[in-house]
This record gives sequence, C-alpha cells and structure tokens, in this order.
Amino acid sequence: MKLTRFNAQHRKLGAKMIEFCGWDMPVEYKGLIEEHLACRHAAGLFDVSHMGEIHVTGKDALAFVQHISPNDAARLSPGQVQYTGLLTSKGTYVDDMLVYCVHPEFYLLVVNAANTDKDFAYVVSQKGAYAVHLDNASDRYSQLALQGRQAIPILQPLTDVKLAPMHSFTFAFGKVAGKECIVSRTGYTGEDGFEIYTLDQDPGILWDAIMEKGTPLGLQPVGLGARDTLRLESKLPLYGNDIDDTTTPLECDFAWIVKFKKGDFLGRDVLVRQKEQGLTRKLVGFELRDKGIARPHYPVFVDGKPAGQVASGTYSPLFKKSIGLVYLPIAKTVLGTEFEIGIRDKKVKAAVVPTPFYKRNY
Amino acid sequence: MYPQNYYFTKDHEWVAVDGDKATVGISDFAQKQLGDVVYVELPEIGKHLDVHQTVGTIESVKAVSEVFSPVSGEVIETNAALNNAPETINQDPHGKAWIIKLKMKNPGDLKALMKAADYEKFLEGLAH
Repeated sequence: MKLTRFNAQHRKLGAKMIEFCGWDMPVEYKGLIEEHLACRHAAGLFDVSHMGEIHVTGKDALAFVQHISPNDAARLSPGQVQYTGLLTSKGTYVDDMLVYCVHPEFYLLVVNAANTDKDFAYVVSQKGAYAVHLDNASDRYSQLALQGRQAIPILQPLTDVKLAPMHSFTFAFGKVAGKECIVSRTGYTGEDGFEIYTLDQDPGILWDAIMEKGTPLGLQPVGLGARDTLRLESKLPLYGNDIDDTTTPLECDFAWIVKFKKGDFLGRDVLVRQKEQGLTRKLVGFELRDKGIARPHYPVFVDGKPAGQVASGTYSPLFKKSIGLVYLPIAKTVLGTEFEIGIRDKKVKAAVVPTPFYKRNY
Repeated sequence: MYPQNYYFTKDHEWVAVDGDKATVGISDFAQKQLGDVVYVELPEIGKHLDVHQTVGTIESVKAVSEVFSPVSGEVIETNAALNNAPETINQDPHGKAWIIKLKMKNPGDLKALMKAADYEKFLEGLAH
C-alpha cells in the first residue's frame, strides 16, 4: 500500500485507516457526522495526496489540452483553473479533472486517485504528433484541502499568498508554513476553501501548522467518509458512481463544461448529435420520503418497473435524510416526480428534488 | 471493559440473562466498526427467532449491519427509544442501547456463546 506524506499524522490522531485505490487513507477520525458538520460550520482539513497530477508541457500544450478536454482551455490565463472531463471518442468520461494553466506551455491536470494510471495512459495514447511532453508527477505531489468558512482566517497567517482577493477557480504559487506550494481556491465540499499542492518531499509541517492554527477555530481533520457525504450534498459527481465511460457530460447535467464553439475535441461529434437528438436520460437529485438509506447500486423502480440503479446515495448529516443521484428517463426528471428504491426487501418512496441539496450562504 | 456477566457472539452481539429473559445488543467493537448509527430497524413484538436469525438491521452512514439473534426465543420488548436516538448505540452500546428482550426458548443456547474474557481474546485475534 502507498502512504501519503501525512500518514504519521493520521495515525497519531488515531484515524480509522482503510485501503483506498492502493493507498493507506483515513476514512474517519472523530466520526463521520462530527467531521462533516465541522466542515460545514467551521473548517475541515483533508489529506488528498492520493489524487493524480499530470504535467502537460511544450509548444503544443494548449492545443493538446484543447484536444482531450471539452472545456475551453484557451480562456485560461496563468493562475486560472477550470473543471472539465477527459472524454472518450464517444463523448463519455474517462475521468473528470481540473485543468490548471501555469503558463501557455505548461498545464497541470489533476485527476482522480482511482483513475490516475488509466488517465495517464489515455493521455499518452492521444499524444500523436502534438509537440508536448507528458509527465505523471502524481507520486511527487502531496495535497491538502482546507475547506470551510474559517479557511481564510486559518490559512492566511501561514502564507504569503493574499487569499481574500482570490477568485474561485484561481491559484497562486507561494509559501505555506515555509514550504513552496500551489494554493488554489477550489474544493470538493461546496464550502469556500483551498487546495494546497506541494512538491516538497517533507511537507508534514503543512498539516501540523494548519491544525495548530485551525483547532481553536473549530477545524477538524476530515476523512474519506465525510468527504463523500460533503460532496454529495453539494451535488459534485464521483467517477464510478455518477460518471463513467457510459455517461456523457450532457446526461450528467454538466453540459456547461462542453464548449462546442471552441473547436474540435475528443467526442465532439457524438455530443453534437446527442444535443440535437435530445437526451433520453438525465442525472437528477432525489431524496427518500420514508425511513432508510439509498446506497449506490440499489435498484430503482419507475411506475413499478425496474429502471436502473442508484448512482450515488447516502445519509445527509446536514439534512438528516437520505439523498442521492440517479439517472432517470427524461420524462421522469421533472421536479417532484415520485419513484421507488429497493432497500433490502422493501420498496421505499423517493422523489426528484432540486440540486445542489446544499448551497453555502456566505 | 466488556461486562463480565454478558455472553457474546462471533458476530459481536451481547446477551444479558435474567431468569428466562434475554436482553440483546451489539458490542462496543461492533459500534466502532459501524461508525455513526443513523437508523435502526426493530422486529415486531411476538416474533419468534431461531439462533442466528436476523433480528433487524442497524444502519450507519456508510454501512448496513444485520443483527443476529444469539439465542432462540420470542420478542417480548423492543427498544423504541432507538428510533429517535439511534446514536445511543454509539454512546452506550452495552447499556441504554439494548435492542430487544426475548423470552428464551432454550437456555442451552447460551452454552455456545463466549464469556467476556473469551470475547476479548477473540477480538485480539481479529486484530491480526
């Protein structure tokens, strides 16, 4: 199993550790619900070093990124980030990812831990005649996420980067706790916050310094368990559950990442056709109307007939009910539509509700 | 830390015996494995249970766990308080978070169960 460079810190805190995508990761510390609510009400600190980082450099860096991503990377100035996907020629997902523009000949792609090797192999296979150098830098990076309304008060004393003026989806190079980092105003929780990347091979002080500054302000370390409930409340997709190589960005309600006008990209013609013909299904949010928890892969029934499976489903610690995401036939995606989810030997009532389930109010 | 007069199963249920009445819950080890409990499904009063028959389910945010009856008998009481306060299972698994009370059919069922010291040894074995 691979260890992140903060493994000792998790063990010292008595974290419950699990194996995740080949990594020894903390799933919870004090408890999932407590960690989830701490992030919503104050701040949470996440070790996300297992994520993958790919460097795309060279003369054709922009052209190459434009080819593999449906979003328009030409809009990015140095210091800007955008959310997008890595698509197959069928317009379906190899992965979702962030594209960071360091400068016009250097783009940093950040991808899911579960797909890093697959994504890098895919990106390499697309190189063709593009004058680019591709580097899987994942093992050299460590990454922390600091998320919550207290993120700026906690992080500002530790860094020379001016945090408050940073727009969402921008990043800067600077020092955090004396270590050279990328500080990006991004995250996977729906809260304000920062993701901090470093190539420093001894970054433990980053965790320690943030915990020291943050604990008096209500900061708690947060594991993978609450990471999932937080992202689902904010309707952020998870590869494998909500998006995969059978779903397109149009079907999963991320049409905005597809910029048809920017030029050609992998899967463009399929997506153009899908847009013209109209969608047959769409990813929508639901909540359970009776007691129970809907979990991934539980069977779905529409008008009493089998209609697929739950994509993502959990118990929401904030709303104290079961919420999730499901692909439904287009006619059934109207808000308020009722359907049923099979939970063990019962069929439990569910209804289509607006998303995101949670939106921050600051 | 495990009550000396309780019996335990390999599935981490406990039984406390009072004459022919058996009170059943899940152990501290089990509640730690589950994480924050959010729902409990209780059986009907009057239900007859065989040894290892499903009593009900306990759901945490990230897992569902079946509770198996350690002994055979008839359900005479269920802990309805758990419906409104399922987190009691995490807070007081050996006391306030009892799940059902059974009228035992066969006290001999207890012979197959572990006493506290043996259960603690069993848990140590699991850690390796």
